[in-house]
Amino acid sequence: MQTRLQIISVLVSGGLFLFVFELVRRKRLLERYALLWLFAAAVLLALSVWGDLLNRISTAVGVQYGPAALFAVALGFVVVLMLHFSLVISKLTDQNKILAQRVALLERRMTRAIGESDEDDEPAQSGSDLTASR
Amino acid sequence: MSKLLAIVPAYNEADAIASTVADLRANAPGWDVVVVDDGSTDATARHATAAGADVLRMPFNLGIGGAVQAGYLYAKEGGYDFAVQVDGDGQHDAAQIDDLLRHLHVHQGEVNMVTGSRFLVGDEEHGYKSSASRRLGIKIFGFILSRVTKRTVTDPTSGFRMCDRRAIELFANDYPHDYPEVEAVLMVHAHRLASAEIPVTMRERQGGVSSINASRSIFYMTKVLLAIFVGLLRARPVVDVGDPAAVTAQRGV
Repeated sequence: MQTRLQIISVLVSGGLFLFVFELVRRKRLLERYALLWLFAAAVLLALSVWGDLLNRISTAVGVQYGPAALFAVALGFVVVLMLHFSLVISKLTDQNKILAQRVALLERRMTRAIGESDEDDEPAQSGSDLTASR
Repeated sequence: MSKLLAIVPAYNEADAIASTVADLRANAPGWDVVVVDDGSTDATARHATAAGADVLRMPFNLGIGGAVQAGYLYAKEGGYDFAVQVDGDGQHDAAQIDDLLRHLHVHQGEVNMVTGSRFLVGDEEHGYKSSASRRLGIKIFGFILSRVTKRTVTDPTSGFRMCDRRAIELFANDYPHDYPEVEAVLMVHAHRLASAEIPVTMRERQGGVSSINASRSIFYMTKVLLAIFVGLLRARPVVDVGDPAAVTAQRGV
């Protein structure tokens, strides 16, 4: 790999690693979501520093041009991270829905409990008892 | 004596909700009415309360699936024996609720959910009129569901359906997202409960707009088809008919 490219990729992946670490340190990013990022940055950093390893990997998988293998690895991480975020979003969406439903049910129960002894409460209750089938 | 609940999901239906609730109170006496206001930005909740319904207000819009599920949670916690879904836009005729209930009573234990179908009315002309593409979609879903459930499903998108206690508990625990009608039929089948259809007539909607407009219909079709096939491949509880453990759905937390 050319020296200039090697320097740039070391700087970028090293910078990414430090940036993610800093986000965790400032509690802007949760550790469990940072792990995948840190792992990705560490692997990219290792491959950039240790150019020989990258060359060996690229010849092993049949990639002619070393840096292209680096891009392929980086792209792979991007795909994995995106899928990971889709999973997280799906889970959050589901939890969000359940929370909204609970809030609505609780809110209704609360307005019932604190007064609003509204007049159509009574007839509705007895109505269902009197006319319900069976 | 059974406790009966009508669940009315409504999203910005201020124009129609009052007459829908009035229709229920006049033609379906004995049914408690809960309007699930799915984060409406208009006066839906106020009109529903004024018309004499109990109102569940979602803090934000969840989509029809989340709103209806909230209704089933309400039914489960309130100890209701039967719950019927009625659209807030006035399409469904409250006078026909008794027909649904009668069907569940006659087939007690054999049928857990009964759907009002627009397409069983005999001659199609007096049935429901809608765009050709929508009818094609309904036909496709109906065909697939009929094959899967081995029962004739003519109106898989009908939101006019009544559940018994077991189906209420199932839906309170687990209900499909977004556009749930088609998947709910599949879910009932997957949990070894049974669904059936009876003929009903539906009115033209009295206000508001359908949650499925033209531009979303492709997305809707694809999404539901995916859900059906995933639903078929998903691991499902294996229990015998009548086994109380049939409802094993778990909340996604």
